[in-house]
Amino acid sequence: MLKINNLTVAHGAIRAIDDISFSVEKGQLAAVIGSNGAGKTTLMRALSGLKGAEKGTATWLDHNLLHGKPEHHVRQGVSHVSEGKSVIAQLTVEENLDLGALWRRNRDEAKATKEEVFNLFPRLGERHKQSADTLSGGERQMLAIGRAYMSRPALLLLDEPSLGLAPLVIEQIFQSIRQIVDSMNVTVVLVEQNAMGALKIADYGVVLNLGRIAASGKASDLIADPAVRTAYLGF
Amino acid sequence: MNQFLDMVLIGISAASIYSLMAISMVLVWRSTQVVNFAQAGMALLSTYIGYELVARVGHFWIALPLAMILGAAFSAFIEFVLMRTLQKHSSQGAIAAIAPIIATLGLLGLIRAGIGFIWGHADVQLEAPLSKVGYTFGDVTIVMSPMGLFVLLFVITLMIIVSIVFQRTNIGLALRASAYAPEIAQLAGIRVSGIRTLGWAIAGAAGAAAGILQTVNGTGALTPESLEFSLLLVFGFIAAVIGGLESLPGAVLGALILGLVLAAVQIYISGALVFIVAFLLLLLVLGLRPQGFLGSKAGRRA
Repeated sequence: MLKINNLTVAHGAIRAIDDISFSVEKGQLAAVIGSNGAGKTTLMRALSGLKGAEKGTATWLDHNLLHGKPEHHVRQGVSHVSEGKSVIAQLTVEENLDLGALWRRNRDEAKATKEEVFNLFPRLGERHKQSADTLSGGERQMLAIGRAYMSRPALLLLDEPSLGLAPLVIEQIFQSIRQIVDSMNVTVVLVEQNAMGALKIADYGVVLNLGRIAASGKASDLIADPAVRTAYLGF
Repeated sequence: MNQFLDMVLIGISAASIYSLMAISMVLVWRSTQVVNFAQAGMALLSTYIGYELVARVGHFWIALPLAMILGAAFSAFIEFVLMRTLQKHSSQGAIAAIAPIIATLGLLGLIRAGIGFIWGHADVQLEAPLSKVGYTFGDVTIVMSPMGLFVLLFVITLMIIVSIVFQRTNIGLALRASAYAPEIAQLAGIRVSGIRTLGWAIAGAAGAAAGILQTVNGTGALTPESLEFSLLLVFGFIAAVIGGLESLPGAVLGALILGLVLAAVQIYISGALVFIVAFLLLLLVLGLRPQGFLGSKAGRRA
């Protein structure tokens, strides 16, 4: 399970994440919601090793997430899809996917994982020879998630996959994320500004506000909570 | 007609050596965003090592690949010791951008002084292993000699190997990904800092080949203050910039254009204008197409 205790992450003098604690059970989908500047992206960057933390702890199973670089965490089963369609435009679709599995010794397993990705996102299979910059926004997001999945993670950190996408495409991406949790045995932390959409597919929810946890609990409870509804869900 | 053929042959021969240097600069630029002025010094050192190896082993054909390997090792060492330290200690602002470049200038002086200390300041002679007399067909002698032909074929072979490695292998994929998007590569599990060192190593090998081939195909003379190596740096850099600074095919294309233009100037106008024309060409290309022939606009902005 993912355990975060008294985590503080700062940008200079500003505490972007201020003393937060929560945990996510294995095999669950946790949504971290909140407005712009709530500290969501900073939290994700700290968990994947891109950003150092000031204090606190964060562990996945018995692996310390606050120690070591991202390439180290990937080998321990933690993959991060960073904000804004993190694909490499100069590479082909297939190269982007292969990149996520380069470190894996067992090439047959890596190949099998690629088949899983093509089953999950058939569009990527159809376009595997194309350059990634010919893809639509939604396809790029699929590719970014697919690339992270190529490392066969046990914990997947997704930073705003819905950013800049049309509602129908968002729906499709969210369904795929739920599918990754349910049938591929992956624990997911999903950071979203699209709070309602994220909570609808999530098991657990954390509401961040200015670096602190404003509310947390079962996703269905959060949706039902009048205070959360008016402050963060907009109705 | 004969003059035109000479121009093409001279141009292509020069271009083959510029392109090695240009590729070397592009690889360093792509992996660490540093313009490495020490590359002339590193190539010179590798050439001296080649000279030493020829003297000890007796075979140019063994000395050449060995010097390339040692050049790669030295370049990797510089990245590992100097560049990593600089990056660790100057992470932001103007100093971070300037410090590595100044450091490479310092390194250039240091290498030249070191060479003078070891081998002395007098000329040493690296003999060409093949004839430098042009091939003769009937009563026509062309400017291409067995040595020149070897240089050309060797460079073409290296280019083919480099493009296969970059386009078709896992290491190549890691090298490209780390160059285009280091953070995403890192998140994908690539050990980017190791890949960076590898990029410098390949650059070192290419620079060593450029230095040795230029020397044996030229006068064969070497001094620590060698003007030829300064020109090699300048022309390699111009070729790399014309090509877009981040593209390997661009570097080869830039070298080809530069080589042919300079050969044309040399044959039809005057050899004295070569230097001026090289810089005019650079300014012209930067004025009309700042991102170079094969560079991307987005890449330049980032």
